[in-house]
Amino acid sequence: MKVVEEYYDVIVVGAGHAGCEAALAAARLGCETIIFTVSMNSVALMPCNPNIGGSSKGHLVKEIDALGGEMGKNIDKTYIQSKMLNKSKGPAVHSLRAQADKDAYSIAMRYTLQNTDHLTLRQGEVTELLVEEGSIRGVKTFSGAIYHAKTVVLATGTYLKARCLYGDVVEYTGPNGLQAANHLSQSLIDNGVELYRFKTGTPARIDKRSVDFSVMEEQFGDEKIVPFSFTNREEDIRREQISCWLTYTNEETHKIIRDNLDRSPLYSGMIEGTGPRYCPSIEDKVVRFADKNRHQLFIEPEGEYTNEMYVGGMSSSLPEDVQYAMYRTVRGLENVKIIRNAYAIEYDCINPNQLRLSLEFKNISGLFSGGQFNGSSGYEEAAAQGLIAGINAARKCQGKAPVILDRSQAYIGVLIDDLVTKENHEPYRMMTSRAEYRLLLRQDNADMRLTPLGYEIGLIQKDRYDKFCKKRQQIEEEIDRVRGVHLGAGKQVQEVLAKNGSTPLKSAATLAELIKRPELDYESLAELDPDRRPLDASVIEQVNINLKYEGYISRQMKQVEQFKKMENKLIPDDIVYEDVHNLRKEAVQKLNDIHPHSIGQASRISGVSPSDISVLLVYIEQMRRKRI
Amino acid sequence: MINEFDTIAAIATAVSNAGIGIIRISGGESMRILGEVFEPYNKKEVSLLESHRVYYGNIKDGETVIDECIVIIMKAPHSYTREDVVEIDCHGGVSVVYRVLNLVLKHGARPAEPGEFTKRAFLNGRIDLSQAEAVMDLIESRNELARRNSVAQLKGGLSDKIKKIREEVLYQVAYIESALDDPEHISLDGYGDTLYPRVEEWADETRKMLSSYDDGRYIAEGIRTCIVGKPNAGKSSFLNALLGEERAIVTEIAGTTRDTLEESVTIDGITLNIIDTAGIRDTEDTVEKIGVEKARREIENADIILYVADTSVPLSSEDFDILDQIRGRKKMFLLNKSDVSQAESNAGNTGEAGQSKAQRSGQSGEDQPKFRGNFEQAAACIREYAEEDEPVIAISAKYHQGIDDFITELKKMMFHGKIDANQEMYITNARHKKALDKALSSFQCVKESIENGMPEDFFTIDLMNAYEKLGLITGEAVEEDLVNEIFSRFCTGK
Repeated sequence: MKVVEEYYDVIVVGAGHAGCEAALAAARLGCETIIFTVSMNSVALMPCNPNIGGSSKGHLVKEIDALGGEMGKNIDKTYIQSKMLNKSKGPAVHSLRAQADKDAYSIAMRYTLQNTDHLTLRQGEVTELLVEEGSIRGVKTFSGAIYHAKTVVLATGTYLKARCLYGDVVEYTGPNGLQAANHLSQSLIDNGVELYRFKTGTPARIDKRSVDFSVMEEQFGDEKIVPFSFTNREEDIRREQISCWLTYTNEETHKIIRDNLDRSPLYSGMIEGTGPRYCPSIEDKVVRFADKNRHQLFIEPEGEYTNEMYVGGMSSSLPEDVQYAMYRTVRGLENVKIIRNAYAIEYDCINPNQLRLSLEFKNISGLFSGGQFNGSSGYEEAAAQGLIAGINAARKCQGKAPVILDRSQAYIGVLIDDLVTKENHEPYRMMTSRAEYRLLLRQDNADMRLTPLGYEIGLIQKDRYDKFCKKRQQIEEEIDRVRGVHLGAGKQVQEVLAKNGSTPLKSAATLAELIKRPELDYESLAELDPDRRPLDASVIEQVNINLKYEGYISRQMKQVEQFKKMENKLIPDDIVYEDVHNLRKEAVQKLNDIHPHSIGQASRISGVSPSDISVLLVYIEQMRRKRI
Repeated sequence: MINEFDTIAAIATAVSNAGIGIIRISGGESMRILGEVFEPYNKKEVSLLESHRVYYGNIKDGETVIDECIVIIMKAPHSYTREDVVEIDCHGGVSVVYRVLNLVLKHGARPAEPGEFTKRAFLNGRIDLSQAEAVMDLIESRNELARRNSVAQLKGGLSDKIKKIREEVLYQVAYIESALDDPEHISLDGYGDTLYPRVEEWADETRKMLSSYDDGRYIAEGIRTCIVGKPNAGKSSFLNALLGEERAIVTEIAGTTRDTLEESVTIDGITLNIIDTAGIRDTEDTVEKIGVEKARREIENADIILYVADTSVPLSSEDFDILDQIRGRKKMFLLNKSDVSQAESNAGNTGEAGQSKAQRSGQSGEDQPKFRGNFEQAAACIREYAEEDEPVIAISAKYHQGIDDFITELKKMMFHGKIDANQEMYITNARHKKALDKALSSFQCVKESIENGMPEDFFTIDLMNAYEKLGLITGEAVEEDLVNEIFSRFCTGK
């Protein structure tokens, strides 16, 4: 039988959020790239929540954009509401979140893929990896066609041997009733890849016309929109926004849930996979927070033109009849019509400890992976990994060293380091608390941190980079200028201070010193600064933050210095941990599993203690001296 | 690999003709070596001997019996180093102990480097850094109090205290962070007010540990004491009086860092490292200038200055020069020759008995200086000069009078009256002090942040700083090069 054979540089398996970023990055870096999707209609599908961003996830999207990825641009095109979260907190935890029109988001991304040079979008199921002598050679599809490539990126999301469950109903499909991928798992196992079984879940979708919004709290978008993409200005993307609605569960809801817990496949033991603690189902919440008599529910539109709405906060795998009963106890949902049931989904993914920080498999050269396949959860986490996997798959084709972000550079660095280094027994969700240096890793300065790197990689074009450089220069110059503006304790100064509820000056001060006061900022002191030239809001924001939080920023930078010292202590590739006497057995095993590239990374492996690290430090120092 | 973890051996007891000498062996080859040199009385194979038992038998070099001894086997990981450890208790006597050691070395052990047993104990996770350092302090400890303090640290007193603070700090950090991640279920309303008293508590604890640093150092290293006074004020005779006390233990100390030190004397558990200065005065003489410079430096470095005044003569400009030099330093005023001067004062003030007694002694001894009625005058002058908390004590170096008063006042001054290693923990290590200093300033930053109404996520930056710095003491955090730095400090003995 004659089979189709084609040749590419990079193959991407799966066209979800990880696959799209990977394919676009590889193609934009000049590699002939093909991306496979099980259905043309499921490109960049959002099978769960209808939003992009949110706490710490918004950071990821901004970083993806700063490096030259697509997610930020795509959501800016298709958002229906935008909000900066946590504005009452410090700038480190300000997080951007946008409600998406799901269909529009998916279509916009598909068009982008289809109109990118060097990129082919192909419908088909990849069933087999072609591996020779520990190197990836290509893939085989269900039809028997063979695709040869130098590198392959796996981004299969939740499709591998997926099954959806609610009550005792089991559907052997991927999300949203899409066809599952039932063959690739075996090929992975055959190639020595260790698989995990994870689960996650989603709430019901309901008909907007059956909801009584008059008893709910309306949640508006922000008046002033912050774009996700640094390439967009507010005026470019301003639009009429669509509201979300807040309501609550109550004791009656909780009673129904408790009474029917035994009918949940989670509690009956039918579900084998481990679910995310940080994105719990309503059953979990009722059990875990037994003392709370209500939980928040956000009713969010799935798009501009659809009547479907998402019931945020109420994912479940209880049986259909229980779902109806419990949703209808909620204020405003008394007569609700369900359009799609809530369900839990179980799927195969890998133990990401098998990957290098470049997201390449340690034991299969040229094979990369990203997204939920790697045991993470969330669109943004997926896209971030996809971008890095795609960049590194392309660079491998081009004979370049991989791009690795560290924990002090980006949330993306934290994400990948955590996945690759730490033990992870549940879908990994990005969280603010995971980033040690979050005051430096703000969403507002993602471009300052990463755009130079994006330019170096080749995903940021010259004109964008030039604009960025100009912005950076303006920020630096303005900070310098403001430090040099001296104000006496004169009448005008005291008046302005009084007007802003600030204590009068006793002696002269600089404008920079005044900006540091909690109740003041760059803008409220405009009157005292007549020489000010007009600057872009994004520039002013940086001037403000850098001056206001100077002390904290510099202390955090000191922490980073300490961190870098350990990161820069590299562990030789040829180290044999069994030869390092006095390492505990558990540590030897863990170090062999992970093969950390630095002492810093080694110190984050669970099961490696500080005294193991001391032993390693001494050993490596001795190795070094011996070699000289 | 370098000899890092081969089998090592050393004499673990002081090398003297004591009753017993112990040779300690640690490492994977310990049992093999023992098998080759030891013949248990019960004739069992050495490899079959049980751990944590005591065996009696002979140490033999071939067929020659070198000594009869007791052997203790401690198999890994239940030993000080967590390696196989063997201790051979042989009869004391330098030559026997050395012969046994040499035999063990001949069979494949390597002589242990200073501190190597402890180093292994640390590397094998048997003890943490602060405990390792306590072992070093123990080896170095100069007197009984310091020894007791070292034992307290070894048991983990310091570690426990710090671990407790760290746990509490981490709990608060985790609370803030979980609230950031899950604002629906965890509220930060009014959190700053809750946190503030906690931070104050931690800061106080840290401050307490810090303030014990000086005390701790005085205990571990002795008090750097500088005696000043004009020529013939009686500095040397005061020193001799101290040294001559029956209860005093006098040590001559040589050493690169302490080459200026003349005498070290331990009285009532307090060690004074005494520098007797040449005296300070303005001079044009080059040689003397160097001496004076040196004296100035000593004054700068001293923990306490003992100013000795000759009260048998009126204070002179020389005295005032010296007093100027030591202004602002911690000091005690010793009014010497009180026997002479007070006698005369007494004669003037309290009648004949005193006078006649003093006169008698003055007349009978040829070495007695002529006395003049200066004591009250000099004392008044000095008292006026002295700060409120600076003791002024009348002594007679010659007749060993006032020494008890001096010791009492010294304890008050240097140890707030009490030194009791059973009750208090003392920080004795400069590295610990530095880490505590940094932790304290981080706590201060948190307090400031709360006072300034900063958002809660700012608190964690400084809380984590404090957490890390405290971890450096217990070894729960590791900083680059720290390990090597610690090892370079290990000294002979353990």
